[in-house]
Amino acid sequence: MSRAEAAPGPARVAAGSPKPLWTLGLLRGELVTTFRRWRTLALLGVLAAVPVLVGVAVRIETGDGSSSAGGGGGGPAFITQITNNGLFLVFTALAATLPFFLPMAVGVVAGDAIAGEANAGTLRYLLVAPAGRTRLLLTKYATTMAFCLVATLVVAVFALAVGALLFPLGDLTTISGTRISFAEGLGRALLIALVVAASLIGLAALGLFVSTLTNSGIAAMATTVGLLITVQILDQIPQLHAIQPYLFSHYWMSFADLMREPVYWDDLVRNLELQTLYAAVFGSAAWARFTAKDITA
Amino acid sequence: MAPYESDDTRSAAVDDPHSARRKAARYVVPVAVVGVAAATIGLVPALADSGDPDLPKITAQQLIEKIAKSDVQQLSGTAKITTDLGLPNLGGLESGLLSGAAKGGDGSSADPSTKLTELAAGTHTLRVAADGPDRQKVSLIESAAEYSLIHNGKDIWGYDSKSNEVYHSTANQDGTKHRDEVPATPKDFADQALKSVDDTTSVTVDGTAQVAGRDAYRLVIKPKHASGTTVGVISIAVDSKTGMPLKFTLTPASGGAAVVDAGFTQVSFAKPAASTFDFTPPKGARVTEKKDTEAGARSVRPGAPHQDLTPQKGLAKEGTKVLGKGWNSIAVLDSGAKGGIPSSSGKGDLGGFLGSLGDQVSGKFGKGTVFSTRLVNALITDDGKVYVGTVTKDALVKAANAGQ
Repeated sequence: MSRAEAAPGPARVAAGSPKPLWTLGLLRGELVTTFRRWRTLALLGVLAAVPVLVGVAVRIETGDGSSSAGGGGGGPAFITQITNNGLFLVFTALAATLPFFLPMAVGVVAGDAIAGEANAGTLRYLLVAPAGRTRLLLTKYATTMAFCLVATLVVAVFALAVGALLFPLGDLTTISGTRISFAEGLGRALLIALVVAASLIGLAALGLFVSTLTNSGIAAMATTVGLLITVQILDQIPQLHAIQPYLFSHYWMSFADLMREPVYWDDLVRNLELQTLYAAVFGSAAWARFTAKDITA
Repeated sequence: MAPYESDDTRSAAVDDPHSARRKAARYVVPVAVVGVAAATIGLVPALADSGDPDLPKITAQQLIEKIAKSDVQQLSGTAKITTDLGLPNLGGLESGLLSGAAKGGDGSSADPSTKLTELAAGTHTLRVAADGPDRQKVSLIESAAEYSLIHNGKDIWGYDSKSNEVYHSTANQDGTKHRDEVPATPKDFADQALKSVDDTTSVTVDGTAQVAGRDAYRLVIKPKHASGTTVGVISIAVDSKTGMPLKFTLTPASGGAAVVDAGFTQVSFAKPAASTFDFTPPKGARVTEKKDTEAGARSVRPGAPHQDLTPQKGLAKEGTKVLGKGWNSIAVLDSGAKGGIPSSSGKGDLGGFLGSLGDQVSGKFGKGTVFSTRLVNALITDDGKVYVGTVTKDALVKAANAGQ
């Protein structure tokens, strides 16, 4: 992909308006630039393909009317329930993408945020505008968080569409065995999507910090994704259980607790606290680094 | 404007000794955030621990009566149960062996006997809800899945959300308390422990404690003749208002971590929503019917080998003899299999494998293999007799010698 795509569009340099509006303009410009990039669209395409693949595979597997229950509980969470209710494809798709695809996409976007601009030589032009470094950093972080939300919603919406096409919908059974109406199920699916998106803000802040450390976009992305993989591996080693509650990915799967009746909040709250902590630590570290950095590119 | 200008740095390019220091000072912010977070994690639990509550004095006798009178019909809560029997860590093999022994050939993963064997090792979070004798629910919380055992009227449902399998059986007409068969809550354990209180036991009230945000008395049960038994101390936290046991801890005589530690982390005595106990098998779920309730009820027992603290209650079935009394009692059963578990190696792979898990012992009774956990020890002699009890290895050998 050529760096020319990353060059500032006309919206980004549309300065001149009063200050608060100018910030919005900067954010809008960033959003447009980020989401117009082929790289971003390709990432979203991969994410959208996951629920389609899972849905079609389960449909083919159970097409002759046999139940998929023979699997004995393997595969991603909720996969056995998809045949009864298409809405479960949303949960399955999120459970399948959350460990790797979603955070990888976020790592790419976050890692590219500052380092990519520096790499393309556009960072200094961005700073020409009277935005200030702090505001530019906040804008970049807001854009990354917006991408977290959009990426999660892309997975959820495609999963819902495929689930509705291939499988029946209706009242659903929670994993606690109680029944809830389809409308409530939809509400929970939306809540789960929001929780999943929020689960990624810690990684987004980490990626942004890494991005301020280097002038190479590729290095920042690789470091962020590498950290993600390392943390995921550390989280699997039983001997390290003492530090695992502090790893940003430790409570990611807690979104499934929203499908219990009554909802089991403990891990959900812990997850959100942990993400906030990561965002605060690495956000402020990114600020400390970026506002004091010599911009040479 | 210069490209280097920003709102808070005057100019990063200027060579100024103050500027370098100011740059470094910025890193104080993330470090401070880490510090505050660490302090919060470290200090808040300590500060929140408001000390043991002040409660009127009570004798052990009164407290036991309070437990006996306790008639909590409606509750819902979350409990954590940690069991550490000191079984050899065989990973999945261990649960496979246990469940293989417990389920008689029917392979439903929703069968309670299959599922509840998992409680025999590790830490688990349970949710319990009860509304009168006819409606109870116990859920085992797993990662992104849940196993629920629901008793509603005459139906008993087991639902395993991971494999989407359902187990169904019908309760006895006389309203048998189903939960008794599944000792999972602190109350179940406490009932079992109190049943075994006799003159070989000392029972005292040891101060108060806070459990799940409620004031509780601590009842301590200690076997008096501790020489032969592996049971060290049993401590039960009893809710001061309702008399319901909230926490149960069993420490082995050998010391170390508790063998069983079951306690509520959150509890409410309000009536749970009626929908909690409603269950209809979801479409497409595989349903396994259990017709023979008696067998169903009994097959649950192996799921919690530690439930019967004194063997004379738990193991005194047909063909079983009990030696000794109280905590030192030993159950003897004749497995009928001459040769039993071969203590000498070379009698097939399984025999060798099982033999390698136990210790070889010999005495007047002949030869045998002792399988030990931190609580229950078993001696299987070569002539097929099995001695089981919450007693030490030596006591088992002594009993076997005496039994000859």
